[in-house]
This record gives sequence, structure tokens and C-alpha cells, in this order.
Amino acid sequence: MSEFPARDEPLLSVRDLVTAFDTDDGQVVAVDGVSFDVEAGKTLGIVGESGCGKSVTAMSLMRLLPQPAGRILGGSARFQGEDLVTASEERMRSIRGAEIGMVFQEPMTALNPVHRIGKQIGEMLLLHEPLSKAEAWQRSIELLKLVGIPAPETRVGEYPHQLSGGMRQRVVIALALACNPKLVIADEPTTALDVTVQAQILDLLRSLQKRLGMSVIMITHDLGVIAEMCDEVVVMYAGRVAERGSVRDIFGNPQHLYTRGLLESIPRLDSPRKQELTTIPGAVPPLSEMPVGARFAPRSSHPEVTAYLESASFREERPVLVEFAPGHWVEDCRYVRAFEGEMTK
Amino acid sequence: MTTEPSLKRSLLEVRDLRVHFPVKEGVFSRVNRFCKAVDGVSFSIRPGETFGLVGESGCGKSTLGKAICRLLRPTAGSIEFEGNALQSLSKSGMRPFRRDLQIVFQDPAESLNSRQTVGEILEEPFIIHRLGSEAERRAKVTALLDRVGLAKSSVSKYPFEFSGGQRQRIGIARAIALEPKLLICDEPVSALDVSVQSQILNLLMELQQEMNMSYLFIAHDLSVVRVLSDRVGVMYLGKFVEIADGDELFSNPLHEYTKALMSAIPSTDLDAVRDRVILRGDVPSPIDPPPGCAFARRSPIEVSEEEASQPGDFVEVSPGHWVELHPATVRDYERYITPSR
Ligand SMILES: Nc1ncnc2c1ncn2[C@@H]1O[C@H](COP(=O)(O)OP(=O)(O)OP(=O)(O)O)[C@@H](O)[C@H]1O
Ligand SMILES: Nc1ncnc2c1ncn2[C@@H]1O[C@H](COP(=O)(O)OP(=O)(O)OP(=O)(O)O)[C@@H](O)[C@H]1O
Ligand SMILES: [Mg+2]
Ligand SMILES: [Mg+2]
Repeated sequence: MSEFPARDEPLLSVRDLVTAFDTDDGQVVAVDGVSFDVEAGKTLGIVGESGCGKSVTAMSLMRLLPQPAGRILGGSARFQGEDLVTASEERMRSIRGAEIGMVFQEPMTALNPVHRIGKQIGEMLLLHEPLSKAEAWQRSIELLKLVGIPAPETRVGEYPHQLSGGMRQRVVIALALACNPKLVIADEPTTALDVTVQAQILDLLRSLQKRLGMSVIMITHDLGVIAEMCDEVVVMYAGRVAERGSVRDIFGNPQHLYTRGLLESIPRLDSPRKQELTTIPGAVPPLSEMPVGARFAPRSSHPEVTAYLESASFREERPVLVEFAPGHWVEDCRYVRAFEGEMTK
Repeated sequence: MTTEPSLKRSLLEVRDLRVHFPVKEGVFSRVNRFCKAVDGVSFSIRPGETFGLVGESGCGKSTLGKAICRLLRPTAGSIEFEGNALQSLSKSGMRPFRRDLQIVFQDPAESLNSRQTVGEILEEPFIIHRLGSEAERRAKVTALLDRVGLAKSSVSKYPFEFSGGQRQRIGIARAIALEPKLLICDEPVSALDVSVQSQILNLLMELQQEMNMSYLFIAHDLSVVRVLSDRVGVMYLGKFVEIADGDELFSNPLHEYTKALMSAIPSTDLDAVRDRVILRGDVPSPIDPPPGCAFARRSPIEVSEEEASQPGDFVEVSPGHWVELHPATVRDYERYITPSR
């Protein structure tokens, strides 16, 4: 606790997390030194394109990495003062579900197709709380009501396949909230849903958070979802944090070329018709070919970036994050930072 | 009376198209129910135009696209392509039209033969249609690769060696090989990351400019449709509920479903003030669609069950702007009922 004397300790504090996988081609580092804080009652968003390490970050925190391939190589994740990286497996079992709830993209991965909804929520409750079976069933009904499922008394006795995709995701949220967790990790909770259903689920998450006061880590590739849901944002690129700050910092004054590129390449409802969209040239390098230096540099439009790409510094020096403004951190490499003459919004 | 939009000088004319799939229940039972995936759709596409098609999962977008290029046989209705009726042609009868009617899918992996090299995949259309000498075909393939932004060395590689965005470029290259007149794009960017998505959308816009193709552009993302389309049709449960010029539709949506779709898009504008239209319940099943107006029971405008069970009329409320007119679908709907109709 002495590490954070100046202000309240955040609920979760992740520092320099490194996670790797053993593959046929040797070890690949999927998460390479990620740090962020989640404050009590707040929502932190993690955004970035496919493969940038969002889900691996979440799985590392929950210690649910695929075994034996996945391993946390370093760093810490202090949750209420306790390091999740080094906690015992037994301790993790009681944290998962009870203190940290999870919601994944595909509701069916979290639900058992052969058990009634009530039984599944009930089992989660019984695992962590001293209740009778009848009490657990009753609580399941209350939870279904909480997440806005109509006729919960009927639904509680149904099987997952009898529900629509949106209702299933509500059930998964009910499961995640069953034991009043302090933190909910939601990994692309609405990506598989239609926009109108997504709007319902996001509304639900917001109102539940207001009522229950939990913190949320919202993982998504959709910047719109981030803008609507989050207080703080981590922008990841190729396993690292490119930029981190409040939602105002990230959307109002993005400092990393990647963040800008992402924001500018989304088509918007008010985009002019048939006009060329902004793109980010090039592509993400494969994990096995990741440079040590600024990973976005090969896609940078900086006029002098070629010299950097050929320099020893690109091959050997890893850029740190600097605090551009209070709480607003960005990768410290001028070739991937917004530069003068850059497009302005 | 239901009037349908019809355009002069259209490349494609679809009239009251229906695609009903038999629903098999149990092993021995006879088929007596149908999934009405497309249930009475009429619209047209002009030469060089992009018609955007939006709607939520299961509303029948892909089925409509597949029926138009005759990967599926329609149950009823007509499809006229440059004046030729396609709806009941056999496979061989369709052959002369294949060149002009191509489709690009969401997941190119599904439509690309993984055992063929990219060179073989791209050469195939020329071989099937007996076009050019071998040397000419090779030159065409190289030009195609270059056109869609892939390296020449790609010819000897296999689809799995490419990223999702690159595979989509291969799919597009094959579809445009014979310079079709109509390209059906079925969610071509839905599986791609935003930065790759914008690259592919730009490519599609450039190709259209160069080759003057028409597009039927299918997507569930309204913002994507907005950028590409001249006209937009909104589909709900197998039917169009609104069709209008893109600018008109986005500035003056009339159907409550269109409004709900638009307002549901999460915005990156932190200060946007939004009036969200939240729908009741879930999309009904196309197997036993509710009688009358399919949307009435979900609409924020509540009507009596008696009213809901009356179908709406698809009418032109202003030039080129068509909407399903029903007390539950359009606010102040009396305003749009003109005595002449
Ligand atoms: N079991 C595994 N073995 C080897 N590599 C893996 C494994 N799981 C993930 N990876 C790699 O780790 C990297 C990060 O993956 P992760 O699933 O975290 O991406 P993500 O940001 O969640 O992407 P998406 O948006 O597609 O879900 C990827 O390059 C992926 O290939
Ligand atoms: N071959 C088939 N046999 C039976 N039913 C089918 C078949 N193809 C589609 N359907 C049904 O027809 C309806 C429309 O499906 P379709 O794939 O056209 O929807 P879509 O609008 O393309 O949805 P999505 O956005 O998910 O791609 C769905 O209810 C689907 O289950
Ligand atoms: Mg993921
Ligand atoms: Mg489809």
C-alpha cells in the first residue's frame, strides 16, 4: 500500500505484465509489458485490433491461460492489495466468480447447454455463498430480473438454447454478477450481437454499474463502445500499450499515430458519401517478427521514419511510456507520436 | 394496395421475390412449415449505382443476395437482369450471365479453394469462359493482383498464407476478373479490423469508379453503408421497410426501425446528444412471422393488437423515398397518406 501514498489505491493495478506462449516456432510474447490501473467503480476500456493482446491480458488476470502453452513471464496485477500473478490456484478459484466476474463474447462458452439457467446461476452462488438450493434458485430469479429478462420465473427453468442471443448474454451477465463482484471483466460482450441488442446490453451494463458500484474492464475493438462506456482507455498495439488516458484524452487529444489512425479510419454516420476513407497503411507484423523498438513505426507516416527503421535504436531500444499530460501516457518515440503538420480534426 | 418502387433504365429489377426454406421437424414428419427468409422484396439497381442493404442478423440479406445471383432458387417472384428473366434459369442457362453477376462473401476463406494457389484461383474465371491464351491469362492475373494491391509473388502462394484483409483482396480480385456489371458484396468487411476495413472499402470505391460496376452492398453496419451507397434499403424480417436515397434516409429516416438502427450505433463523439430508440423484445422468427405488420409489436409506438395485425403499405412518401406505412411504424403516419393513393 505504501507504493501509492498520494491517492487511494486503485482496485486493480497491473504493472509490466508479460505473457508468452510456447508454439511450434518457439516462444512468442503476446502481451509485452502492459500496465494500467482500474479505479473502484470505474470502467477501463482496452481497445486495439485483432491479435493485439486484449484477451490474453484478460486471461492472464484471471489466470485462465491455455495450459501448458501460456505463461505469465513477469509483472504484477495487484487486486485489493493481492497479486493475482502469484496467487495460489486455490485462491484464484475463490476470486474468480466471487470477486471478479467474467463476460465473454460468445455467451454459449460460458453456459452449459444441458443445464437449466437456474441451475447454472445457482451453482455459481452455492460455490461461493452459504445458501440452500431453494434460496439459490430464488436468487437466480432475482438476478434474471435484475438483468431485464422478462418472465424470470419461467426463464429460470429453461435451457440456454431456448433463449435468443441477447437474452443469453443477459444470463451470462447475471452469472458474472451473481456474487456481487468488485470487478467485472467483459471481453467483447456485445460483438456477437446485433446493434439494437448491443444498445440494450450496454444500457444494462451501465445501469447495473451505477446501482452496484462495481468496476468494469471493457475489452472491445469498437471505439464507439469505448467512447460510450469507459472512463479510462488503454490503446493496445501489437502486445504493448500505445497510449493510455482518460476517455477525453484519447478521443479529444490522441497523441499516438495509431490512435489517430484508428479514429480516422472509422466510417461515421456523418461521413461524406463516396469519399476515400483514411487508412493506416501496412499491417501488423506477426508475433514472431516483432521489433524491439516502436512497433508502429513501420506504418508511421513520419517523414524521417526510414532512418529510424534502419537504426540500432529501432532494433534494440524499447520506448517507454511518457506522461504527456497528467494521467495521459503515450509511447515515447517521436516517429509514432503525432507530429507537426499532422492532420488535425 | 401496395405499390413498389420501379426505376427506368435499371440494370436489375427484382419483383416480389420470395425465398422460403422448408423447415424439417423430426425425421418422419412432412414439411409443413417454411422459413420465409425473403418474403416479397421489390427493388431495382441502376447501372453504376450502389444499393446498400442493411438489417440485423437473420433478416434475409444473404438469402436475397444469393437468390439474385442464382446461387439459390427463388420460391416466387422475378429477377430481371438487363431485361433477362433469371428466376427460373437452370445452371447452364445461368452461364452466360455469370460473367456479369459476381459475389464477394464475408469470409473469403469459404469461397476460396484452399488447395489452389492464388494464381490458379484468379486464372480460373478466364479458363471457364475460354478467354485469352495462357500468356494473356497470366498477364491478366498479374494485372489483377496489382490492381487489388497484392504482390506479384502472391501467385504461387495459398490463401491460408494471407491475412484476412489480404484474403478479401483475393476474393475481390476473382470477382472482378471478368469485369462484372453487378457485384454483390455480402458483408465484405464485417470480419475485418477497422484499419483494414477502410482499405478494402476504398478499393471497392476505386474499382467501381474505374469499371462502372453496380454494387449490391450488404452490411449490418449503417455507417459503412452510408459511405458507399447511393440508395439504401432497410430490411426487417424478409421485407424492405424503407428505401431511400442515402442522404435522404440518413437525414430523414421515417420508419421507427431505421431510427432504432441509426440511434443504436455507438458514437465516438463524446458530446453527441442522442435520442436512443430502444426496441421492445427480440426479432421474431421468420418461421412463424407475426400476422400483419411484423414490426408493430416491437415498435416504440404502441398500437392495439387489432391494428398490429393489419399489414402496412409500402408507399412512396416523397420522390424515391419508400416506407412501410403503418400506425406503428411511422410517427404521424396520417400525414403521409395522400388522397391520390
Ligand atoms: N494459445 C495460444 N497459443 C499461441 N498464441 C496465442 C494463443 N492465444 C493467443 N495467442 C496469440 O496472442 C496474440 C494476442 O491474442 P489475443 O487473443 O489476446 O488478441 P485480441 O486482442 O483479443 O484479438 P481479438 O480482437 O481478435 O479477440 C495473438 O497474436 C494470438 O495469435
Ligand atoms: N439454407 C437454408 N435453409 C434453411 N434456412 C435458412 C437457410 N439459409 C438461411 N436460412 C434462414 O433464413 C433466414 C435469413 O438468413 P440470412 O442468412 O439470409 O440472414 P442475413 O440477413 O444474411 O443474416 P446475417 O446478418 O446473420 O448474415 C434465417 O432465419 C436463416 O436461419
Ligand atoms: Mg480477443
Ligand atoms: Mg448474411
